[in-house]
Amino acid sequence: MLHIKCPHCGMRSQNEFSYGGDATVKRPELNKEISDQDWDNFVYYRKSLRGKHKELWQHISGCRQWIKVERDTATHEIFKTVKAHEDI
Amino acid sequence: MQKYSIFNLIKNAFSGHQKWDLAWKDATPKKEYDVVIIGGGGHGLATAYYLAKEHNITNVAIIEKGWLGGGNMGRNTTIIRSNYMHDDNALFSEFGMDLWRKMSQDLNYNVMFSPRGIINLAHSDAQMNIFARRGNSMRLNGIDAVLLNREEVKEIIPMADFSDNVRFPIFGGLMQPSAGTARHDAVAWGYARQADSMGVDIIQNCEVTGFDVVGGKIQGVRTSRGDIKVKKIGLCVAGSTNILAEKLNMTIPVETHLLQACVTEPVKPVLDSVVTFGAGHFYISQSDKGEMVMGGDLDGYNSYAQRGNLPTLQHVLTEGIAMMPFLSKLKMLRTWGGIMDMSMDGSPIIDKTHIEGLYLNCGWCYGGFKATPASGWTFAHTIAQDRVHKLNEGYSLSRFNTGHLLDEKGLGTKTWIS
Ligand SMILES: Cc1cc2nc3c(=O)[nH]c(=O)nc-3n(C[C@H](O)[C@H](O)[C@H](O)COP(=O)(O)OP(=O)(O)OC[C@H]3O[C@@H](n4cnc5c(N)ncnc54)[C@H](O)[C@@H]3O)c2cc1C
Ligand SMILES: [Zn+2]
Repeated sequence: MLHIKCPHCGMRSQNEFSYGGDATVKRPELNKEISDQDWDNFVYYRKSLRGKHKELWQHISGCRQWIKVERDTATHEIFKTVKAHEDI
Repeated sequence: MQKYSIFNLIKNAFSGHQKWDLAWKDATPKKEYDVVIIGGGGHGLATAYYLAKEHNITNVAIIEKGWLGGGNMGRNTTIIRSNYMHDDNALFSEFGMDLWRKMSQDLNYNVMFSPRGIINLAHSDAQMNIFARRGNSMRLNGIDAVLLNREEVKEIIPMADFSDNVRFPIFGGLMQPSAGTARHDAVAWGYARQADSMGVDIIQNCEVTGFDVVGGKIQGVRTSRGDIKVKKIGLCVAGSTNILAEKLNMTIPVETHLLQACVTEPVKPVLDSVVTFGAGHFYISQSDKGEMVMGGDLDGYNSYAQRGNLPTLQHVLTEGIAMMPFLSKLKMLRTWGGIMDMSMDGSPIIDKTHIEGLYLNCGWCYGGFKATPASGWTFAHTIAQDRVHKLNEGYSLSRFNTGHLLDEKGLGTKTWIS
């Protein structure tokens, strides 16, 4: 069982959260000209790091806010959690 | 190589079974090979076997960081099927079914292939319609499919919950009678023994740590037991693909996630087919030893832990008990997990890459065990001929750029509802 500290609600069990994947991918800016490759990278390509991984979670059964979590993908140790708009 | 037969069994009984040849030798790495296969799981072993058997390429090494078959090959729930709707998946898998049917004879090794049938349960009229469509597509591709109504399902699995007051009543199911299971370890050992006998070096406890790429071409591979010169490398490392891709400066449309499975204590024969729950993600079969073998959803977040988390297991088993209530009376014997190469459209990749001499085999998601023979066969062809075979054309790396996705079930790295 993971215990994730929601920056809004405090420490909660993993059961209350839904996973949103890699938090470092950025949606290309739509008002700018973008290449197909940029778009493909955003949609499909992931580093899937072993070790420290910055990721999105949604506190779906709590405050319903999206948050950022830094977690080790091999040990599941959680180093840091911040609000979605903050840098991690 | 010593043949396995009843006569040899009797002969060796006289010497107390002390004089059997080793099934394969423990090779030490040579300085140079024609082909290096990274990963001694099912796909790596099968690829080496078909390279030797079909293409006469025998100066081959399989490099495995742990022990042979210790990755997902030794952790899966052994379901073998070809119940796909899309042509690329159906034809590839059905080609594999043919190899499964001949495998024990071909490898002179009893892989205990048991075509006991698989039933996908449906829990609504809409689901029955979808299954009818999939069944028809399968039959058009020459694959056996039978649409069962509620009564017919009940005859096959009377122990499932057919009462009226259940949340997800069983409306019927789609059955592929020729699907089944096999003994996963035997498949790995059978391929290893034959590959070894044709001259392939199986090198265990040897980790690939880097690559020599000069001018866009593979020149060699670096390992924990020294550098090896080689012009062609086949990457078959399943859940470790992203780690090695990073060493090649590649990003691939795959994420590594954890899948768990578990078995109960052994009980008397009760279930003689594979059954999947249609209102969630749960599947079950009974092993020859009598254990109920079960699995379902991914843990749900990127993981390299090779060890699972309880909430997912609890969730999966809740579905199991909803489907077959008697399971709640059984004790759980073991649980385990494997790290899986989850591709973004749920289908695999068997292809060349932009690096000359580097061939990629990954993205197997929940279904790479059944693909072992067909994957090895087509990957060997791709490596030997330096071009993909018709059967693995659809499994290209470029499909994520061109839009030709093979989104069979709408399952990628995560389920739609999670
Ligand atoms: C719980 C579970 C249940 C499953 N159930 C089914 C099922 O019912 N039916 C089905 O069809 N599929 C199933 N699968 C999927 C199937 O097991 C996999 O898709 C398949 O085994 C992957 O191919 P492989 O056998 O080659 O992988 P693996 O056996 O994982 O082989 C990869 C090998 O590469 C090695 N390796 C990694 N990095 C390096 C390195 N740097 N250097 C050297 N070697 C390295 C690893 O040690 C490993 O042995 C299941 C998987 C799991 C985890
Ligand atoms: Zn919260």
